[in-house]
Order: sequence, then C-alpha cells, then structure tokens
Amino acid sequence: MDPVKLHYDISGTDFTTAGEASGKIKKTLKSLGFSPAIIRNVTIAVYEAEINMVVHAGGGEIDAYVSPEKIEVVLVDHGPGIPDIGLAMQEGWSTAPENVRQLGFGAGMGLPNIKKYSDDLQIESEVGKGTTIRITVLNK
Amino acid sequence: MNVKELIAKLDLKTLSEGDTDLPVTGCYCGDLLSWVMSRAQEGDAWLTVMGNINAIGVAALTEAACIILVDNAALDDDALKKAQENDITVLQSEADAFSLAVWINRLLNPEE
Ligand SMILES: Nc1ncnc2c1ncn2[C@@H]1O[C@H](COP(=O)(O)OP(=O)(O)O)[C@@H](O)[C@H]1O
Ligand SMILES: [Mg+2]
Repeated sequence: MDPVKLHYDISGTDFTTAGEASGKIKKTLKSLGFSPAIIRNVTIAVYEAEINMVVHAGGGEIDAYVSPEKIEVVLVDHGPGIPDIGLAMQEGWSTAPENVRQLGFGAGMGLPNIKKYSDDLQIESEVGKGTTIRITVLNK
Repeated sequence: MNVKELIAKLDLKTLSEGDTDLPVTGCYCGDLLSWVMSRAQEGDAWLTVMGNINAIGVAALTEAACIILVDNAALDDDALKKAQENDITVLQSEADAFSLAVWINRLLNPEE
C-alpha cells in the first residue's frame, strides 16, 4: 500500500459540521482494511482534536498520513493557544463556555481521551499564535 | 434483536428511520459527547436527551444501532436532516433512561 494523504479544512464557526473530518478518515481506514480496534482509536482521538479545533480555536487544518505501519494526524490551528498544557491534559479541566457545554461538549475529557487512544500525542502551543497537535496510532 | 423489533417491543416513536435491520447488541446511556464517543460500542442503543446535530455525528462515528431520545427529548430540525442523510435511526420515548435501559436489558438477556 502506498501512503495515503488526506487533507481537510475545518470551519471554526460551524459547529454543525464538526466531526466530518474524523468521519471521512474513519471511512478511508475502513476501506483500506484496518482493524476495527485501530479504526476506533483513530476515530476517537481525531474526533476530540477536531472538536477542540472548532470549539476552542476557530477552526484550522487537518492532515492525515496513512501507511501500513501507522496513522499520523496533524491538526494545526491559529487560535488562542493553550497556556498550561499540563492543566489542559487533566481529566475534567475545561474552559468551554456555557453555550458549548449545552451542546454536550466541554467535559474536559478530550485531550485525556486523545492520549488514551493514541500511541503518541505531541502538543505544541503558543499563546496568541495557535496550537499544533500530532497524533500517532501504530498499526499493531 | 434488531432495531425494528426494539421499536415494536418498547413502543418507540420513530423520528428518523435509518437501517432498522441493524442488530441491537448493547445499550449506553449518556449525554456528554466525549464520554459517549469513547464508551459507546457498535450496535448499542444510545439513550440520551441530546437531540442536536452533534449527537447524530457521534452516533454515526460510534456506529450505534440507534439513538433513543428519552423523556420525550426533542430532535432539532437540522439534526433530523443530518440523521436522514446519514441513515441514522432516531427514536423517542416518554419513558426515562433508567426504565428503558432495564427493559432493553431484559430483551437482550431474557434468561437472567
Ligand atoms: N486547539 C486548542 N486551542 C486552544 N485551547 C485548547 C485547544 N484544545 C484544547 N484546549 C484547551 O484545553 C482544555 C481541555 O481540552 P479538552 O480536554 O478537550 O476538554 P474540553 O474540550 O471538553 O474543554 C480546553 O477547555 C481548552 O481550554
Ligand atoms: Mg475537547
């Protein structure tokens, strides 16, 4: 299998399309024959990162690189950045406003779930500049 | 048991009809989308009050067999549209999540 590259532009104003990129990545992985467990891990991790990009950062771009060994997903936004990544990684920590909570988001489980369901998570963030999230799931 | 049988047995109202031949193999109750996303399993009947468009997205991603809106919770118009586009079955009941979960458990595990 040749490596597959996928690219998505994510709107930061339209909550209603949030989750579409993770859905498309899931479909692609299915068609490539990855195991349900691997697909589940990637889908959960990318969904959470995609939602964060919409809810906290005003949208951004997602690139996914799929090879037989691993799936890498890079999410780049130009939002407010994360001042304290250690705090943001704690279960239940959330700065989500009330309107976002009413939609069912903002449980503070996103980043912890990404960590749990991936093999590697790298977060680079600069306040005022934006955030880059790299998620790797190994195909094992 | 498939979704069609579940609808008949629990007297559920169909708001959006997807693939009702899908098997129902479990049940998950929850309204926080992150929790549902990481815990609901394929084939679950998902019991929730979240009738918004993001709930439809989560049902599609988790491959839940159907959504059951409990306590007569409403389905938003844009959520209905997305459910129909994505072939997601959305049902509604005036019963609460606890009662429905107990009934579903009896249907799934009749010998217990
Ligand atoms: N892309 C991002 N840009 C800015 N802040 C973010 C981003 N992703 C996460 N955060 C911050 O980290 C916190 C925790 O994220 P998460 O665990 O996904 O919980 P939640 O999204 O439910 O608040 C968020 O409330 C937010 O303050
Ligand atoms: Mg989040």
